Amino acid sequence: MTSPTPLPRSWYEESARGRLAHLLDAGSFTEFLGPERRELSPHLALFNLPRQFDDGIIVGAGALAGKPVLVAAQEGRFMGGAIGEVHGAKLTGLLHAARQLKRDVVILFDTGGVRLQEANAGELAISEIIRATLDARAEGVRMVGLLGGRAGCYGGGSLIAGCCSALVISEQGRLSVSGPEVIETNKGVEEFDSRDRALVWRTMGGKHRYLIGGVDLFVGDDVAAFRAGAVAALERPALLDPAALASEQGRLERRLARFGDATDGTEVWARLGLPHPAALPDLDTSAFLTLANTQRESADAAR
Amino acid sequence: MRPADILSSLFPAGHQVGEAGGLLSGTGRLDPQTVVDIVGITGKTYPGVDEALALAGRILAIAERPDPAPLLFLVDSGSQRMSRRDELMGLSETLAHLAKALWQAERAGHRTIGLLYGGSAAGAFIATALACGSLVALPGAWPEVMDLPSMARVTKLSVEVLTEKAGTTPVFAPGLDNLFATGAIAEIWDPARPLSDQLKALLATPATADGRAELGRERGGRLKAATIAQEVERLALAHG
Repeated sequence: MTSPTPLPRSWYEESARGRLAHLLDAGSFTEFLGPERRELSPHLALFNLPRQFDDGIIVGAGALAGKPVLVAAQEGRFMGGAIGEVHGAKLTGLLHAARQLKRDVVILFDTGGVRLQEANAGELAISEIIRATLDARAEGVRMVGLLGGRAGCYGGGSLIAGCCSALVISEQGRLSVSGPEVIETNKGVEEFDSRDRALVWRTMGGKHRYLIGGVDLFVGDDVAAFRAGAVAALERPALLDPAALASEQGRLERRLARFGDATDGTEVWARLGLPHPAALPDLDTSAFLTLANTQRESADAAR
Repeated sequence: MRPADILSSLFPAGHQVGEAGGLLSGTGRLDPQTVVDIVGITGKTYPGVDEALALAGRILAIAERPDPAPLLFLVDSGSQRMSRRDELMGLSETLAHLAKALWQAERAGHRTIGLLYGGSAAGAFIATALACGSLVALPGAWPEVMDLPSMARVTKLSVEVLTEKAGTTPVFAPGLDNLFATGAIAEIWDPARPLSDQLKALLATPATADGRAELGRERGGRLKAATIAQEVERLALAHG
């Protein structure tokens, strides 16, 4: 008898708690300041908006393939995973502990960015999270970001992701500062038609980010695949030092020199030397990886 | 205040600062012993990938120098440039890289002082002014996360309702006083006094770890952040 292959469990469709439960080693998770403590947003009531007992983020400790890690998971179904005062402070506190424990961190991103109803507190929280991330990384702490949630990873959330030592993404993952609707609202539908889903994927989706070296690992939309990706990402170089930053400067300058006048994702992929770039969005995970891995840009340790 | 007046008041002993494409670059002499490196974003420029990389490159070059010259970052920007090309090229990586460059300069012994004298917003604010080791502002500065009309679209509340709420709850409303209350801004400088004296006084205080959450609690603009962060840190350390 062979054991049955477990059915894929969509990362995109899963809740933050569901993702965590199947990402970590069974029974290893301990939550800090969980919903029983009822640390609610002090600001949402003014807008007559419902609050949530965990303020849309779960933080705690667990194990991944036997290795202890600290984890944070954003809930994209609550306020679009947006970062407010309590939400942000929970992540900042976790990162302060990570630096002192020299413990690696895995962040399950699912966020539209700053929570506008408490915009000033959220904006500053993101700055504090970035500083705490960099301080921890300077001690050699690995910071792995997982990108495949329903709300994407936008705004200030995308800047936090940009400070991680390694990123894992699925095709459904979207990583960008300004979201499609924001660009369309400010610059017009000619600049960005937010209803053109194919354009969204080509500009900020997982395949494009993987091809230009914006992320390090590409996985299918499956919790087990994200788990394998997180385990692999925890093996990648993490130390943030002057050499890494000089490499990153060079890497990003080369990207602009090579692709800076391209107007569409397909043009970038053609310049990478990929055959039939227009067909890339249709490829399944393994076919895409086979092709992409021969030609893609890689960040290596320049992150 | 305009950049020329700010620089004259900061550096009565002289400065050389050039402007190109909305970015400032140069040096100023605070006193006979102290030269200050100057970078900046001016004229409400919206930084995209090109501007962020140019700023980061200059800042990393300063960070590599062994001298301890302070770095002053003058900020009058828009939000990040909102365009298809910037996102295609990975603006999130580039803005994060700029924040890392400032962090590295501070870590390497160059005090990084952000001076917000105009606007700044959203991702641009996070990657420039807020990424400096110390942030000060001049009256008339106008930081915002998002302007009220855009916020009205997202929150589905009218501008009138938002304006009314802003009067009682500054935590979401644009403006210097509201950001100051959260702890984001260390000091608001007095333009009637020489800015050079105020910069010298700031440089005379030691660089410290991030104390913005405590400041927000003291000022009453962000009452929960420090307590929550400390409690999670305590629980995580106790768990080990």
